[in-house]
Amino acid sequence: MADADSAPGVLVAIAVGVFALAFPFAASGYHIYQGAQVLILAIALLGLNLLTGFNGQISLGHGAFFAIGSYGAAILMVKFGLPYWAAIPLASVVCFIAGFLFGFPALRFGGLYLALATFALAVATPQILSYKGFDALTGGSQGLTLAKPRAPFGIGLTADQWLYLVCLACAAALYWAALNLVRGRVGRALVAIRDQPIAAETMGINAALYKTTCFGVSALYAGVAGGLSTLAVGFVSPESFGLALSLAFLVGIVVGGLASLGGALFGALFIEFVPNLADQLTVSFGEGAKALPGAIYGALLILVMAAMPTGVAGAARAAARALTSSRQPKVEKGGVNVAAKYERKGEAP
Amino acid sequence: MITRRTFLQSSAAAAALAASASSARADNAPGVTDTEIKIGQTMPYSGPASAYGVIGRTEAAYFKMINEKGGVNGRKINFISLDDAYSPPKTVEQIRRLVEQEQVAFIFNSLGTPPNAAIRQYLNDNKVPQLFVATGAAMFSDPAHFPWTMGWQPNYQTEAKIFGKHILKTKPDAKIAVLYQNDGFGKDYLIGLKDGLGTDHAGMVIKEASYETSEPTVDSQIVTLQGSGADVLLIAATPKFAAQAIRKTFDVGWTPVRYMTDVSQSIASVMKPAGLEKSKGVITGVYGKDPTDARWKDDPGFKEYSAFIEKYMTPKDLIDANAVYGFGLGATMIQVLKQCGSDLSRANIMKQAASLKDLELPMLLPGIKINTSSDNFSPIRQEALASFNGESWEQFGELYQA
Repeated sequence: MADADSAPGVLVAIAVGVFALAFPFAASGYHIYQGAQVLILAIALLGLNLLTGFNGQISLGHGAFFAIGSYGAAILMVKFGLPYWAAIPLASVVCFIAGFLFGFPALRFGGLYLALATFALAVATPQILSYKGFDALTGGSQGLTLAKPRAPFGIGLTADQWLYLVCLACAAALYWAALNLVRGRVGRALVAIRDQPIAAETMGINAALYKTTCFGVSALYAGVAGGLSTLAVGFVSPESFGLALSLAFLVGIVVGGLASLGGALFGALFIEFVPNLADQLTVSFGEGAKALPGAIYGALLILVMAAMPTGVAGAARAAARALTSSRQPKVEKGGVNVAAKYERKGEAP
Repeated sequence: MITRRTFLQSSAAAAALAASASSARADNAPGVTDTEIKIGQTMPYSGPASAYGVIGRTEAAYFKMINEKGGVNGRKINFISLDDAYSPPKTVEQIRRLVEQEQVAFIFNSLGTPPNAAIRQYLNDNKVPQLFVATGAAMFSDPAHFPWTMGWQPNYQTEAKIFGKHILKTKPDAKIAVLYQNDGFGKDYLIGLKDGLGTDHAGMVIKEASYETSEPTVDSQIVTLQGSGADVLLIAATPKFAAQAIRKTFDVGWTPVRYMTDVSQSIASVMKPAGLEKSKGVITGVYGKDPTDARWKDDPGFKEYSAFIEKYMTPKDLIDANAVYGFGLGATMIQVLKQCGSDLSRANIMKQAASLKDLELPMLLPGIKINTSSDNFSPIRQEALASFNGESWEQFGELYQA
């Protein structure tokens, strides 16, 4: 997607947009479902990237906020009879509050310690969800089943198409919001806190407020993704939100490219399709290799990171730079925006 | 991702589906040609439940054997088993791929309670058989509400019912205590036990205690249950907690008759950690032949099984209970397809799955017969009881029917 205001960037953004809009009218139900999954993952990755990529706070526990969004939406719809368009925003607000509150203890941890604290969150989530005291709401280990929303006003869309378009609208809106966030004063503050926390505070940035708010916003994104996922899958249970989910998010932002919003889409594509690819590749090793998808997935991950150490977005930017510099000698244009500059520097938190 | 070809294929298939729905005569299911039957499955080959992946491998090997022998009524089995990592969202995605892209005729023995719960509505809405799910949860034997979903093994309630009947027979004035895991699995045992005792005897259950899988031990629950003065204990616990319960009852000097779920009957992971001496006398339910039990050495069924393992699997799979399980599932599925004859419509596949009569399998205990009908979607309803003698499970008494 568009990382810069350059003409090619805009063209790419338009092309992606047109493809995304046309997709549900050309693809089969199954592929539309997969497309919706990619959009949902991309939303969660956008949120995590705001936190980890831009603000430098590592979270290994974003699956927990995704779970709160999922369960929140499911409970509001099943137990309280709310429509999905009200349940998902409400659940996301709950996520924002949860993330904001979790941001306070997180202030005391730096780097790896925060990673461990959030890791604990991810480990605890499935157990908390199956806790007996919440059975009446959560359905315990049996989970909750809900019906797929149908397209409103009798417009002739299938449930899959409608759901995809809802996800697309959410993803576009949240992408736009994130873009505005990181390009403005707030974005500069977040990056400054990441790179030079002391200098940032000296300049009058309220680091505690920015960090906790960033945690909250990031959790809100995860919550929207979780809520949409509930709609798409039609079922929630504790097993859906294990440690693997949180780790997949982390893989997604690293593969996509840290501190790159467009990278979220690549990251989502990776974590959606590469495990399937690994599963299919095992077939070529014979039936006995059915235990191998994990190993193949790992090998593919290492290959991708070796080829593109700064993620897909980083590699794409490097390729674009190489192309433009060969055509026009002047590399830096005057009006490159600040966020893009930071993005280029910001490979690691 | 989307080629024009797959798009055309899928729209053609959608048209075919619509046509088959409207025509009175049932056509063969998608995925059935003159030479092939396509079967789909999800299985946790990766993730926390990957130990069960052996089941999928065994079934693939079983169908390979059938194909080498010429297939079923001239058709070869094309078995597509996909990894879902035991994650319900992934299961939904893979099942949709199997049904909509791969165009399988039906879903066979997908594993796990949450994954199957997540796909049940979708498969029933689309009238795709969800046959012989690999879980003991009773919710999958509900033909009135989910006529396209069927279980296979004795479900948890069935086993608990059998325990209840045995208690009534051998100890009619028993005072029963129940330790159960606080989830669907544990609660199924409570329901089944009370069902087996009947409403007249429901009062025999004098104390219940539950635990969470996040608790470190069940010691305090055992002490509480002991305090109730019960002389029978039902242990509806997964392996780690079952081992603790067995050890603790012995250590506190409590000597109730202990019944334990067949989920935890592994000698290596339950009886040994609990202490072989302390485990003596524990009673459980069995329906399959234990491949480690010497008494089956010359049994024709066991020989058939070991010959299959030797040719199509690896030697270490021989004593794996999951391989025994997969072997039985493969045989049941082939029987259903044979019964279908030339009518391989989804409706007839489901109808034949619900018309199994006295089917005996090589690795089921002698006398256990699989029976299904339009209102009975629990194929195996018989179990024998076995008690632990300090070394192995020793079957005793006759077969019980729930």
